Amino acid sequence: MIVYLSALAGGIFIGTSAALLLVLNGRIAGISGIAAGAMRPLSRDTPWRWAFLVGLLFGPLLYRLAYGAWPVVHLDAPWPLIVLGGLLVGYGTRLGGGCTSGHGVCGLARLSPRSIAAVATFMAAAAATVFLVRHGGW
Amino acid sequence: MDSLRSSVGLLAGLLFGFGLALSGMMDPARVLGFLDVAGAWDPSLAFVLAGAVAVSALGYVLVSRMRKPVLAQRFEIPQSRPITASLIGGAALFGIGWGLVGLCPGPALAGLTLGLPQVIGFVAAMVAGMLLHRFTAAASGK
Repeated sequence: MIVYLSALAGGIFIGTSAALLLVLNGRIAGISGIAAGAMRPLSRDTPWRWAFLVGLLFGPLLYRLAYGAWPVVHLDAPWPLIVLGGLLVGYGTRLGGGCTSGHGVCGLARLSPRSIAAVATFMAAAAATVFLVRHGGW
Repeated sequence: MDSLRSSVGLLAGLLFGFGLALSGMMDPARVLGFLDVAGAWDPSLAFVLAGAVAVSALGYVLVSRMRKPVLAQRFEIPQSRPITASLIGGAALFGIGWGLVGLCPGPALAGLTLGLPQVIGFVAAMVAGMLLHRFTAAASGK
C-alpha cells in the first residue's frame, strides 16, 4: 500500500514541477530536452536549464533530509549493458524528441498524438527488452 | 526576469528530483519490475505517471486561458503533429536502453547525487549518445 501512495505522491511532485515550469516559464519539463539544451551554445534558456539540473541533483538530498535515508538505487546490470543502455537512451531520446518526462508526463497531459505514439513505442520496446533479458534465455 | 526564470528552474528541478526519489523511479530494480509484465509484475510505478500526468494536465488547463507565461514572452510547446520514423525509431531505441538498465534520463541525473559508479557511467554514456545524435544530425544537414 505504502509503495502505491509514495509512487502517487512522487508523481504529484513531478507533475507540480512540470506545471510550474509551464505556467511561469512557458517551457516543457522534459529532462532529456533540458539536459541536451543545457549543452547547446549559450542562449536565454541556458541559465534556467542549468538551474533545473542543479535542483534535480538536490532532490535526492531533500529526500534524505526529509526521510533520513537516501532513496534506494539498486543497479546490478553488467558494465557493457550499462554503457550500451546509456548510449541508446541518450541517442534515442534526442532522435525521438523526448523521454519519460517530455513525452510521458508533459505530452500525455496535453494529449499530443506524437507523444502518445512515442510513449506506446518506448513502453513496448522496454517491456519487450526486459522480457527477452529475463525470460528469453539471453 | 532571467534570474526569476532561473529560480523557477531551480525550484522545478528540486521538486522533480524529490518526486523521483519519493516515487521509487530512481531504483532500476523497481523500474525493471514494472516493465516485467510477464514476470512478478510490480504495477506501482504506473501511479507515478498517473499522478504526474494529472497534475501536469491541470497546468495545461490553466495555460489554455493564458496569453503568455508569467515570466516569459511566449509558450514553447511543441506544435508538430506528424508521427515520423524518427519519433518511433528514437522512442524504440530509448525503450531498449531503458529496458536494459532500468534508468531513464531524470532518475539517472538525479541519481548522480548518490555517487554510484554505475549511475555515473550510465550518465556519461547517455551524454555521449546525445552528443552523437547532435553531430550526426548536423552532418546529415538536419
